[in-house]
Amino acid sequence: MSRTLLFIKIMADQTYRLELKNITKSFPGVLAVQDVTLSAYPGEILALAGENGAGKSTLMNILSGAFTADTGMILLDGQEVKIPSPRRAQELGIAMIHQELALIPQMTVAQNIFLGREPLFAAGTLVNTKMMQAEAQSVLNQLGLDFSVTALISDLSIAQRQMVEIAKSISIKSRVIILDEPTSALSERESAKLFDLMRSLREQGVTLIYISHRMEEIFNLSDRVAVMRDGQLVGVAATKELNVNSVVQMMVGRELKEFFPKAETQRGEVALEVHNLRSGSHLKDATFTLYKGEIVGLAGLVGSGRTEIARVLFGADPNEGGEIRVAGKLVKIHSPQEAIRLGIGLVTEDRKAQGLFLGQSVRSNASVSLFERLSRFGFLLYEKIDQWVRGAIQQLNIRAANLEQRVGNLSGGNQQKVVIARWLAVNPQILILDEPTRGIDVSSKAEIHNLMGELAAKGMAILMISSELPEILGVSDRILVMREGRLMAEFSRADATQDRIMQAATGQLQNAGLNVHE
Amino acid sequence: MNNKFLLRFLGLVRANSGLVILFLVALPLSLLSADFLSGNNLLTVALQTSMIAIAAIGMTFALITGGVDLSVGSVAALTGVLAAGLATRNGLGTYPAIFISLFAAALIGALNGAMIAWGRIPPFVATLASMAAVRGLTLVYTQGKPISGLDEQFTFWATDAAGIPVPLFVLLFVAIITYIILHRSVFGSYIFAIGGGEETARLAGISPAKIKFGVYIISALAAGLTGLLLTARLWSAQPNSGTGLELDAIASSVLGGASLMGGAGSVTGAIIGTFIIGILANGLNLLEVPSYNQQVIKGLVFIVAVILDYVLKRRLKNNGS
Ligand SMILES: Nc1ncnc2c1ncn2[C@@H]1O[C@H](COP(=O)(O)OP(=O)(O)OP(=O)(O)O)[C@@H](O)[C@H]1O
Ligand SMILES: [Mg+2]
Repeated sequence: MSRTLLFIKIMADQTYRLELKNITKSFPGVLAVQDVTLSAYPGEILALAGENGAGKSTLMNILSGAFTADTGMILLDGQEVKIPSPRRAQELGIAMIHQELALIPQMTVAQNIFLGREPLFAAGTLVNTKMMQAEAQSVLNQLGLDFSVTALISDLSIAQRQMVEIAKSISIKSRVIILDEPTSALSERESAKLFDLMRSLREQGVTLIYISHRMEEIFNLSDRVAVMRDGQLVGVAATKELNVNSVVQMMVGRELKEFFPKAETQRGEVALEVHNLRSGSHLKDATFTLYKGEIVGLAGLVGSGRTEIARVLFGADPNEGGEIRVAGKLVKIHSPQEAIRLGIGLVTEDRKAQGLFLGQSVRSNASVSLFERLSRFGFLLYEKIDQWVRGAIQQLNIRAANLEQRVGNLSGGNQQKVVIARWLAVNPQILILDEPTRGIDVSSKAEIHNLMGELAAKGMAILMISSELPEILGVSDRILVMREGRLMAEFSRADATQDRIMQAATGQLQNAGLNVHE
Repeated sequence: MNNKFLLRFLGLVRANSGLVILFLVALPLSLLSADFLSGNNLLTVALQTSMIAIAAIGMTFALITGGVDLSVGSVAALTGVLAAGLATRNGLGTYPAIFISLFAAALIGALNGAMIAWGRIPPFVATLASMAAVRGLTLVYTQGKPISGLDEQFTFWATDAAGIPVPLFVLLFVAIITYIILHRSVFGSYIFAIGGGEETARLAGISPAKIKFGVYIISALAAGLTGLLLTARLWSAQPNSGTGLELDAIASSVLGGASLMGGAGSVTGAIIGTFIIGILANGLNLLEVPSYNQQVIKGLVFIVAVILDYVLKRRLKNNGS
């Protein structure tokens, strides 16, 4: 090879920050990533899209050292690197913010940011807490975050935890930052903050790889889009040259099933009446009514008390003085068990800690609520259970190798579907869904929305909490808005707009449409 | 690929790690000692081990919920002395005495369960307390002296029937019942559920309190049965019998695949685990290893087994399944 050619080749390679070459990774029964070759430039935001289970997280886990590839090669700034562990990835300047957050709840913000690389003193034997906190503080300041570095992670909201993860990757001074569905737990406003931050990191030459199911974000933010399907890379192109339809088509490999906006159903009898619901410091006052056959959207900023309403109605947190009527009857709900008996169901927002038995099989996770019904004299009827689970897997299009697979090994979106499957089994009168489509791909999302519509048409009353305004607007018959623990506004489907909801959520619009109770 | 083959092999080893260890322990012993494989010796091992295995099964239930029952040794002792006392001193007859003493064991289990389930006292603390208190009760009841004079109806339970030790039949019976409870019933699947995630279970509509309550009753009943068999075997009830039983039971369960973090464990595993320990002890005796050294070896085998399990689990977890 002539000298100039060699020089040109080096130049060409140098323009890439990162090159993945022919990466393949299989798990027993699944080829999760298949011969993927993908490059990224310094100072770009590369979006990675694909259906649930397409292999996005797996590919990025290989890059961040959590998994090792079966075959393939990784080049970083032109140099081949081996990344056998997350620690090595850190040293190389590759940080990954996982889909399922990985912070230690019992430790402080500062401790988590510096975990494994604490500043030491006294000949490296003691942790220099002062210095650690000061440095953590400066990172938080840089990001404009206002919680304390000495706060425990367990006291932070999911959104705040996410910010801590980002603070951590920034303090490591990473060259490549991978964000796996970072906004799925954030409100619009928090997402906007995160995007500003990502753009400024891009200015500084950092490579950001960004996995998301939200098309608006992908198109607002990214420079290029890479699409995966069934473990393979099916296309990479500049965002400018694409549109939502072309991306979705690449993702699903077929025309997307149409989403039918919820049919106008006849509002039935009253299913649930709530008066002056109160609990702790997060929920100060909520009064509303749910009718059979309707889907009510509950909007508000993260931390506005929406989840608390759900938890109190479900008996997971104590009700401090409010009145709850189910089908007209005054009830006291002390435990989830009682709530279920009254016909109330809850899909929780935190699937990892509250929704799933991560170490157990898809079968038992999906069917645990059915055990009592599908048993005789206290013994499980395995055949019936399997039959039901298979049906649910098909209905929700859950991608699992088999019924025995550990739920913890499913892709994030498929985990969420398993939680929903469990509640389909219970078939409650009143179903509360807290961020039901978090981490779910576009086509499955439409399927879940259709499913909610069907359930409502059959007379179920549905209360859906969501931070995604398009989802709230698309699915709800009626929309309630919370702010700082109080129900602030109510809109009919026809009256609601993105702006009005945001105004109510941020306090610029007060008591709109609410029958104010004394 | 080669790697895949290795993984599948590791998976098999892990799934049957108890049997593998059992084999690894038994093989050198049978080579080193001529007596080891003799029918007589094996029956002795079976007799001793099957008694402990029953308590280990009970312990497995507690471990699966993510708890532990440290009181099993004391409960075994109390059940034994109570049965012996009622049968001899009060002349109640063997079966009424056994029935009442097992009822007492269940009561202690219920107390443990109530403290843990509704009092929210950590299982380690609650059962540590009852371990001390129940041992105390045993000493008070016996005034520290053994109770002897058991009739043949009682001692029959530790003799041979058709050449096979009766406790082996008792173990078989207990194993079948507990297997069905743990691996086939709704109650059993809820035990795994709360071990896999208590909050998740609660939000799925399961009452963790009731399940735990039941689990500690089962554990105490199993310990009580072990205590009765030990009494029958010695022809008398010793107030200090069963000391250290909790350690043997925990070690057996863990060797058999139960996780101290909860969510994993099995009846067959507990039995295999107990046999590993029993065979090891027996072999070391045959080889005339001094008993102090035996303790050390036992501890080492336990550590190696747990590490093996842990390493395999992690390796396999990172590679799926
Ligand atoms: N540790 C594991 N063991 C076994 N299979 C796994 C494991 N991790 C992932 N898989 C499988 O690999 C496939 C790809 O999963 P991956 O998590 O990469 O999907 P994803 O594209 O990130 O999906 P989502 O959008 O739902 O997060 C899935 O079929 C999943 O079940
Ligand atoms: Mg993923």
